[in-house]
Amino acid sequence: MSAVMKHRLFWPLVVLLALILLNTVSRPSFVRITVHDGRLYGSLIDILRNSAPLMLVALGMTLVIATRGIDLSVGAIMAVSGAVALTIIQDSGDPANPAVLAVAIGTAVGAGLVCGLWNGFLISVLGIQPIIATLVLMLAGRGIALLITGGFITTINSDPYKFMAQGYVLGLPFAFYVSLVAIAIVALIERRTALGMLTEAVGINPEASRLAGVRARGIIWGAYAASGLLAGFAGILYSSNIMAADANAAGLYIELDAILAVVLGGTSLAGGTFSIAGTVVGAFTIQTLKSTITFLGVPPAVTPVFMAAVVVVVVLVQSRRFRRFMGRLPARLRTWTSRTPDGAEAAS
Amino acid sequence: MRKRLLAGLALAGALALATTGCSSSNNNAGSSGTGGSGGGKTLTVGFAQTGSESGWRAANTQSMKDAFSDANGFKLIFNAADNKQEAQIAAVRSFINQKVDAIVIAPITVDGWDDVLKEAKDAKIPVILEDRTINVSDDSLYAAWVGDDFKKEGETAGAWAKQTATSPTNMVVLEGTTGSAPALDRATGFKAGATGAPITTLDSQTGNFTRADGKTVMEGFLQKYGNKIQMLFAQNDDMGLGALDAITAAGLTPGKDIKIVTIDATHDGLQALADGKFNYVVECNPLLGPQVADLVKKVVAGESVPKTQVATDQSFTQEQAKAALPDRKY
Repeated sequence: MSAVMKHRLFWPLVVLLALILLNTVSRPSFVRITVHDGRLYGSLIDILRNSAPLMLVALGMTLVIATRGIDLSVGAIMAVSGAVALTIIQDSGDPANPAVLAVAIGTAVGAGLVCGLWNGFLISVLGIQPIIATLVLMLAGRGIALLITGGFITTINSDPYKFMAQGYVLGLPFAFYVSLVAIAIVALIERRTALGMLTEAVGINPEASRLAGVRARGIIWGAYAASGLLAGFAGILYSSNIMAADANAAGLYIELDAILAVVLGGTSLAGGTFSIAGTVVGAFTIQTLKSTITFLGVPPAVTPVFMAAVVVVVVLVQSRRFRRFMGRLPARLRTWTSRTPDGAEAAS
Repeated sequence: MRKRLLAGLALAGALALATTGCSSSNNNAGSSGTGGSGGGKTLTVGFAQTGSESGWRAANTQSMKDAFSDANGFKLIFNAADNKQEAQIAAVRSFINQKVDAIVIAPITVDGWDDVLKEAKDAKIPVILEDRTINVSDDSLYAAWVGDDFKKEGETAGAWAKQTATSPTNMVVLEGTTGSAPALDRATGFKAGATGAPITTLDSQTGNFTRADGKTVMEGFLQKYGNKIQMLFAQNDDMGLGALDAITAAGLTPGKDIKIVTIDATHDGLQALADGKFNYVVECNPLLGPQVADLVKKVVAGESVPKTQVATDQSFTQEQAKAALPDRKY
């Protein structure tokens, strides 16, 4: 039992299950899954589907944070990628043509990659602080996206494009398979090769790893490129979900959710050791928390406070020092009350 | 070689940033000195827009640019402030320095306008407000205001709901950004318009005026209440459009199983209405340009004008939407 409790995924999973339990107690229909024209339908399925963009962004963020960095530009990159894809599809005049879609998605994801490479260049080559370097694109990116869409919300009708976020394969949402593939690829590259270890080495001590012969520049650059690429793909999923390129709202504040997902998953913002499985759990936790707000009927005005309170509790539960303090609390209270005469009186 | 290429890339990127940052001020510098003609034929007008945050705003900007065209006898100096008030105040100051004939402002925030408007008054430049309102100590600081009445829009939507709900009806609401004027006023208006109707509001959550949030929140509502929902009031088109997919995914037919009323009447919204997916749409008219241009002419000519002018907001049924769609500009 204690071995299980010591596993670093134990507390993140407890939090996720507790949230699901809370929803189920308030409304048992939360865990009900029915079948609608051959596809599964229910809140949990919605969570799997809606968490896909956040999942992709959070995976990229995990790699960046592991190198002691941060990527604030992911939301803006999503906006750029969605704007590029939909503008190409709209201008083509043949929105259902697979070749057009391939070009559009390829160019959009490529744009995300270019943004990521730009971030990586500023940070790894020019040595600019990650928070400043990515802030540039965070602010400029939405401007670029607005420029591409001409300030309007670009809408398209294209069934194959719609399939990306709204389609189903074998009863499960296609977007969920996209998450799975992304998780598998990142996990394979990072954990089945030395790259993960080298990334952690760079994050723990860049100078020492450089002296040990690790090419830190390439690894850091690669992490930002991967983050940009994944954000580009997340932008495709986001725009496919609503079939519109909304340059102002696409991926707004997703960088904060992604950072939170990474932290909830047990990866330290100080860099170094990272956990992909933890990030996956973290992303699901945040998406579940968002459904919780609708399910419990939290009034919109207090939603931010509710979110903040839950996050504080979650972070405290995961803190070893806090748990130890709480474990000792009853004993401390007892000694404290027996020592003070007032307390003794009250007790008797 | 590789390094030189990289340096070139960086330079190009920096240049791109720099040029986008300056484009608006270049605009101003280019046209300075041409103003101040006062009694001349062309009126130089400075327009301080909020930014370009939505499709509504883009249509508004376009309408202003069209109305203040050279052909109509205007010279427009346009500035978009990227939703930063200090940038907008700076833009207004630069208009005053350029001695324009009139200033039009779409104020970003309600407060903080006293000083700069006093400067405009001292320079004898009339100020006309568009879209949003402001709080100032002295009403004479601006000549007139033209805009939409959000409360009235809510009332129109509410009146339709009352008319439609002949039997007890369960409704859910997708609210706009919490605390924003359109969200508050549309909610109050709807309540007033629908008083006495047998409508039960099951739930009301914010969808932040965006499609994505409208969709997610509607999915939640559908999971929560299932087939009980009979009516949806979305405080703008975008949230309603997002909700459509959620409703279809739940195996229900929007427009039939769930009656939908929205506000804005954008092109996409009217398309959904014409397709029978929405049931009623109230307009929030962004085409304020002609009214503002008319006001500017009158104010500069010294005629007295009404202090507030509410833009005419239409409303559309499915049939009217089909007729109106071909000419819809935004």
